[in-house]
Parts: sequence; structure tokens; C-alpha cells
Amino acid sequence: MHRQNNSIEERKNQLGWLERHLLNDFQHGLPLVPRPFAEIARQLGATEQQVIETLQELQTQGYVSRVGAVFRANSLGASTLAAMAVPEAQLESVAELVNGYREVNHNYQREHHFNLWFVATAEDDASLQRVLQEIEQLTGLTVLYLPMLEDYHIDLGFELQWT
Amino acid sequence: MDIKVISAITPSPTPVMLDDRDTALVTEIQTGLPLSVTPYADVGRQVGMSEAEVIKRLERLLQQRVIKRLGVVVRHHELGYRANAMTVWNIPDEIVSELGSCIGRFEFVTLCYRRPRRLPDWPYNLFTMIHGRDRDEVLSNIQLLAQRCGLASIQYEILFSKRRFKQRGAIYTTSRVAPQAVRQG
Repeated sequence: MHRQNNSIEERKNQLGWLERHLLNDFQHGLPLVPRPFAEIARQLGATEQQVIETLQELQTQGYVSRVGAVFRANSLGASTLAAMAVPEAQLESVAELVNGYREVNHNYQREHHFNLWFVATAEDDASLQRVLQEIEQLTGLTVLYLPMLEDYHIDLGFELQWT
Repeated sequence: MDIKVISAITPSPTPVMLDDRDTALVTEIQTGLPLSVTPYADVGRQVGMSEAEVIKRLERLLQQRVIKRLGVVVRHHELGYRANAMTVWNIPDEIVSELGSCIGRFEFVTLCYRRPRRLPDWPYNLFTMIHGRDRDEVLSNIQLLAQRCGLASIQYEILFSKRRFKQRGAIYTTSRVAPQAVRQG
């Protein structure tokens, strides 16, 4: 665990000035102009080609998942958070089963009696319910259905610290 | 510690209607914009819109908060934010909106949703996601929230993540493009 932490820190500290600014300064407010990366380049004193290539590299390296939109939950189709209390011995296989659904986009083990937490998204509520019911049937475990009722978060991204 | 509090915006209670062209556009960009010189024109070509129309619709979707933000979506874990705690709170229904709005303004909070309780197994109705470089940073952020938003007497639990089995952007369907009401709040 400790070694892995070091290597993440080491890799992160190798990121250059342009990489850091691209990661931190443009999590929101991507310019809505015909050549947005040229505008970013202008603001950062780089070239358009450098900006595009650097973003491509950051994506390949896994630092950036995408450049694009973060949608409000439930603004397209239906989505929900779901939780299961999975016996430790079955955790691996249940997690794999849940991962197998293309409707599931996040799946985490958490430290709690309810130890498996995932987010599922489908075109409508009926399809979503079908996925959750199927998971219940296949595992014999209860799935807590926890859809969002209200969103209080103002999403402007997240300020990264480099120290 | 540098804590930024973002000014409050009340979540809009009005439902938003997406037309067929919005839906087509949103479906096209859900996995990201192309990293090309003219991404909006390139997206437009895929869905039969001019560059100007793509830009205009994106501006409106941002205004309506169907799109919460448009930009670089980073992966926290890869950037050293290894501790990620879902903190859940059991808040009386009559004050959950007020406290939720307070919590949702802190920059280290990356999600703040009200969800249903599932009694007797699950008493918590407010879900917050708090990222930090390590557990101590996450815990001190939670202490700060408790102080600033008056949560001292509120029952809560911290669920640190132990393993990430899967993480990617949501993929919605491409098949049906019927206009739909968007639920907000």
C-alpha cells in the first residue's frame, strides 16, 4: 500500500507546468468558441497543438477521464445509487457480476456493513429496476435502492494541490 | 488549508424539457468531446447541426443546469486523492434542504444529495462525497463541515472506499430519442 502511494506521488510530481494548469484550471468553463483549445492555449501561453496533445496524453495516462460535460443526475434517463451487504467470501464474485452490467458506471467496496456501492444508469426507470431486480435474483442479496431526490451541490470541479 | 466556499445557487425546481436535438447532442457527447481543433463543429457533423447550434445548445443546457459543468474531468485517485469518503447524515426532514445547501457549497465536497431512508436498515438521508489526499485530510474536512453548518448533534457515518471495482462516465442509451421531462430536485 505504502509503495503504491509513493509511486502515485512520484508520477504526479513529474507532471509539468502545462499539465498541472490543464488539470486544475479548466474543470469548468471550457470556452464555448469554435477553437476552445486555442483559447486555452492563449490563456496559458502555449500552442493549440501543445494543449491538445497534452490533454490526449493525460487521458492516456489515466489522469483525465474525458474532456466534456458532467450531467446533472437524472437529467438524462434514470440513475441511482445502490448498496448491498455482501458476505466477505462472496464479495469478489458479486462485484464482478455487478461490474458486468453496462448500466453500472461506478462500483466501490466501502468499509461498512453495506460494503458494495454502485451507481447504475439506464434509459428509463423500468430498465433501471430490471437491472437491480436481476442483481437481487442472481445473488440472493437485497439491493438498497437509493435514488437522488435533491441535489445541493454546486459542481465547479475540484482544486488540486500539488505539494 | 485553503477552503473556498462557492456562493449559493438554489437548485432550480422547474422541470426542463429536452427536445430531440438536445437529446441527440447529449448522447453524442456523453463520453467526451473529441480532442480536435474544432470539437463543436466535429460533434455537429455527427448529429447534423452547425457549430453555432452546438455551441448555443450547450450554453443553454449549462444555464438550465442539465450540464453541471463543461471541462476537464479528472480522475481523483490517479492524482493522489486516494481517500474518498462517502459521509452519510441522518438529518430531520424539515432542515435537510438548509443543511444540504450549506454542505454543498464547500469545495472539497464533490457530491451532496438527498436520498430516501430505508428503515430499519438505513437511516441516512443526506449523502456527501468528500475527497482528500489521505484519511486525516478527509476527517478534518468533515470536522470543518460539522462546525460551519451546525451538524454537531446530527448522527453520521463515514464510509471510506476500500477498493474501486469500476469507474467511468455514465453511458445512456442511444436508441430512443423521445423528448423527456427532466426531473430536478
